[in-house]
Amino acid sequence: MFKLYSKIFSTPTTVIPANLLCSEEDVENIGKKLHKKIQTIFNGSLAIRAVDSGSTNACEHELTALGNSYYDVERFGVSFVASPRHADMLMVTGPVARNMRAALVKTYEATPDPKIVVAVGDDAIDGGIFKGSYAVLDGVDKVIPVDFQIPGDPPSPKIILCYLLNILEVIEKKHQQKNK
Amino acid sequence: MSVIIIWTIQLILVPVLSPLFLGIVRKIKARFQNRVGASIFRPYRDLWKLFHKDEVISEDTSWIFRFAPYLIFTITLILGACIPLFSTLFANNVLSDFLTIVYLVALSTFFLALVGLDAGSAFGGIGSSREMTLAALTEGGFIFPFLVLSLLAHSTNLFSITNAISSLPIFDSTPIILTFVAFVIVMLSETAHFPFDNPATHLELTMVHEAMILEYSGKRLALIEWAAANKFLIFLALGANMFFPWGLITQSSVWAVALALCIFCVKTLLLATFVAVLESSIAKFRFFRLPDLLFVAFILSAMALFII
Amino acid sequence: MISAQYSFFLALFLFVIGASGSLLFAKNDRLANWWQNGLAVLASGCGLLTAVKVLFFGEAFTLSINSTIPNLFFSFAVDKLAAYFILIISFIGLLVSVYALGYIKHFYKKYNIGTLGFFYSIFLAGTLLVVSAHNIFFFLIAWEVMTLASYFLVIFESKEQNNIKAGTLYFIMTHVGTAFIMLAFLLLYQATGSLDFGTIKEHIGNASLLTKNLIFIFALIGFGTKAGIIPFHIWLPSAHPAAPTHVSAFMSGVMIKTGIYMFIRIFVEVLAGSELWWGVIILVLGIFSSVLGVLYALTEHDMKRLLAYHSIENIGIILLGLGSALIFLALNLNTLATLSLVAALFHTLNHATFKALLFMGAGSIITQTHTRNIEEYGGLMKFMPQTAFYFLIGSLAISAMPPFNGFFSEWLTYQSLFSGIQITNIFTKGLFVLAAGALALTGGLAAACFVKAFGITFLARPRSKEVLHAKESSFSLRFGMGILALTTLILGIFSGTVSKIIFGVVNSLNGFQQGSQIFFADGKTVKLQNSFAVVSTPIIFVVLVVVLLLVYGIVGMFTRNRKVKIGCTWDCGTKLESRMEITATGFSRSIITIFKGVLKPSKQLEVEYRDANIRYFEKSSTVKLEIADVYTMYIYQPIQNLVVKFSGYTKNIQGGNLNIYAAYIFFILLILLIAFVN
Repeated sequence: MFKLYSKIFSTPTTVIPANLLCSEEDVENIGKKLHKKIQTIFNGSLAIRAVDSGSTNACEHELTALGNSYYDVERFGVSFVASPRHADMLMVTGPVARNMRAALVKTYEATPDPKIVVAVGDDAIDGGIFKGSYAVLDGVDKVIPVDFQIPGDPPSPKIILCYLLNILEVIEKKHQQKNK
Repeated sequence: MSVIIIWTIQLILVPVLSPLFLGIVRKIKARFQNRVGASIFRPYRDLWKLFHKDEVISEDTSWIFRFAPYLIFTITLILGACIPLFSTLFANNVLSDFLTIVYLVALSTFFLALVGLDAGSAFGGIGSSREMTLAALTEGGFIFPFLVLSLLAHSTNLFSITNAISSLPIFDSTPIILTFVAFVIVMLSETAHFPFDNPATHLELTMVHEAMILEYSGKRLALIEWAAANKFLIFLALGANMFFPWGLITQSSVWAVALALCIFCVKTLLLATFVAVLESSIAKFRFFRLPDLLFVAFILSAMALFII
Repeated sequence: MISAQYSFFLALFLFVIGASGSLLFAKNDRLANWWQNGLAVLASGCGLLTAVKVLFFGEAFTLSINSTIPNLFFSFAVDKLAAYFILIISFIGLLVSVYALGYIKHFYKKYNIGTLGFFYSIFLAGTLLVVSAHNIFFFLIAWEVMTLASYFLVIFESKEQNNIKAGTLYFIMTHVGTAFIMLAFLLLYQATGSLDFGTIKEHIGNASLLTKNLIFIFALIGFGTKAGIIPFHIWLPSAHPAAPTHVSAFMSGVMIKTGIYMFIRIFVEVLAGSELWWGVIILVLGIFSSVLGVLYALTEHDMKRLLAYHSIENIGIILLGLGSALIFLALNLNTLATLSLVAALFHTLNHATFKALLFMGAGSIITQTHTRNIEEYGGLMKFMPQTAFYFLIGSLAISAMPPFNGFFSEWLTYQSLFSGIQITNIFTKGLFVLAAGALALTGGLAAACFVKAFGITFLARPRSKEVLHAKESSFSLRFGMGILALTTLILGIFSGTVSKIIFGVVNSLNGFQQGSQIFFADGKTVKLQNSFAVVSTPIIFVVLVVVLLLVYGIVGMFTRNRKVKIGCTWDCGTKLESRMEITATGFSRSIITIFKGVLKPSKQLEVEYRDANIRYFEKSSTVKLEIADVYTMYIYQPIQNLVVKFSGYTKNIQGGNLNIYAAYIFFILLILLIAFVN
């Protein structure tokens, strides 16, 4: 038992420092103008609900990796929650299979305002490799209004984290702009 | 004047400090997992954000759903004000009888379980069922440690108990240690920590407390989460001050108040660290092993009763 | 102002008029209903007046009327203890009769309302007579009247076979009890040579120890059968649901308390609690009844059976108080015995109020939904909001939640058990520790059971189509329930004053006059003698309300701009059906599994296949979940087999041959001649 505890002190830190993450990519707000409230209240506390609308689970794996001790998304004030009622941001993956359409709409309606919707992965943006199939609806924005997109098939956790930080900065920048 | 300040501190100490302890426990757990973890002030930001969000309420619910968070939060506020935190200047408080405290906690659990049933979802029902099972078995273990202490102190008033225990000789402390172990087991059960419940899980089949509050959002969720944090701090304070009551002041000078607050924070931090270390070391028990653990708590206190 | 004696007999007279009038007007349902219940209300009012006069104005009275039959005197004696029970009987009777005005309407044209009224009035009158009778024969007559009237009420809905069976079981069990009561009374007569309770009380001190022990055992079994103590309780869970609900409310709330009343009379007053093992036996019976009662209640999903088992549990709690009182009496600790008796008596009153309230609520639900099965309820809060609110108050009260009355009587019971733990005798200390643990467990399990009962009945969505027809209950039903709900709150808030009154009642009993102040009760707080414990239910209530309003105000002000949207329950995106909600069976399954050593659950699975030879495709499967009935299996069935076997042997005496019979007569005559000549 004590060997286990002592390992905590002897193992070096493995968490990537935030400044090493890329900051060149600029994330664009494709949805309608963000609610003014989001700027004040999502500062330092963001609850995410991951919704799988028929994806290949590749994006889910990458999203799960966000919580490990290498990327550690929790230190930025972001956490994943168990119910859309508790969530501020919906991260939707998958090209919205026909059978998941109603579920996705219900999830969107179950999330209280103000909320942000992020489409993660090429599938969620415009259908990706399944584009044009009879079984999918070609992108999340055909079903619910989307605010941000994260491209990639699947995007690596580093890219997701990088885009997340940029989203937070967008929120904060607007917040700072408003304060100025 | 100083009495008013002390009164105010006693009333607001628990609600003000409780999110901090939640943050500290999460930080320690993150450190154990070799992560950096969220800042210890994150729960305050969470509450702030939740109070600013709108709510979505299910059409299947009734007035109990809307009313219960206020009642549960009220009960934690009342309990926070009635227990010995840092001073014994409120010894005549009629609400500090330990049976009253046990039953007020039971009242909040009753309404929380009703809320879980109110929305008619499968998760809430399972959560309520498990919560009431554990609460029923925990009640014996909850009453008996206090009973042992009150028999030692010849009074059931919590403040009188702290006065009496602090002046006991060291050789009489065996029953206190036994009941402290029993109380820690009960504390883990009532505040939904390992091995009874995982407060950070997303799997509904493993939830007890979380499952009942899945339907809440906005300000009511904030009240319930705050009430759960209050309950954790209340149990930490009870564990720290009832069994190790040194450090409670009886005069009302500024230095004494500051010193008492420091000692209180140190004691509760130690207990909170213990809880965090425990959560990082063991796994959650299978549900049907938990009654055995609660029965152990009862037996330990019964043994202590015979030693007095 | 009329005196207590006059109002008591006026009450009896009004009940008799109510009974006979309702028979006369049996053809007209509505008139019979109003006549019986109106007169019952008036009579109960007179009973209340009697009780108030005796308790507060000290007008205790005795009266004795000779009759032509030798040894039979109609002697009444209403002292403070009897008046306390008359108070309970009249109060519950009054509210139940008001409830019945609306409830009986669903019996119109199906059953004979006249006979219902007749037996109902006789039942209430009989209960009044039982607690005031002062002569052994008169008591037995009153006991029989009460029992027979309740038997006919149990089988009132005679079209259901289950009711007839329940009635038969009730009839047999209660007469077995009456046989034991008669044995106890005969021993009392033999020891003192008198049939009058007063004379018996004075002379019983000379009786031998063996006689006293035998009287104790026989009275315990006899009155225990009526009170519903485990293991004599097997009639209760079937008889209380079978009766019409207003009668069940009265039976559960009041009739079983007559057993407790006689316990106090005989064990505390007459026998003066002289042996330690008496109190020990009663305490042990109390532990078993309370824990087992609530465990069986958790297994039930028939609403009325669930409430009947809770009656058994609460009788167990009353016995905990009574048992500790007897133990303290045997150890000559009269002040502690007073505390325990006050706890037991207060719980009697409290249980009568909230049990009647819960049964009334159950009756309202059952008349609207035509089923007793909890699994088919759900979402009734939206159809019957007031009934739901009163049922919630009843559930909170029976789970001993502050600030209602159940909390205070359990607090008192705890205090008496804690005082017992401080006694140094290791054996009694262990017993009191077990009792306190059992009380804690019972309290927790009762709360679990009522979360289940209230939550599954009233919350969430309806689970069946019958529920959708439910409407709010009529005014008289709501009035009865509302007044009882208010009473639970008032008794809880003013528990200090009420406990002072009960203290006066206990002090008036034999052997307690020198009981000093064990607790100090004023309007606000109740404090134990050595400042061991203080409780203040009015302050709890006021603090709860004030802080609640403060929190509501502050949060409301701070969040006044937030919007609330109404949506669907979060269901992971699937279509929500009623089958997805938790069921009553599922809710209590965990507890049943934990206690499976005691409850012995069993599961039977039957599968029907489409082709009996090739058993691959199932047509239907049935799962039967059952709880073993250990009492019938291990106690009553063996006794029954023994009696049948013994009867088989005695059958051989009847040979059928006339010559054998002549020989019997000859030999018996011979023996008798020899015996008497010598």
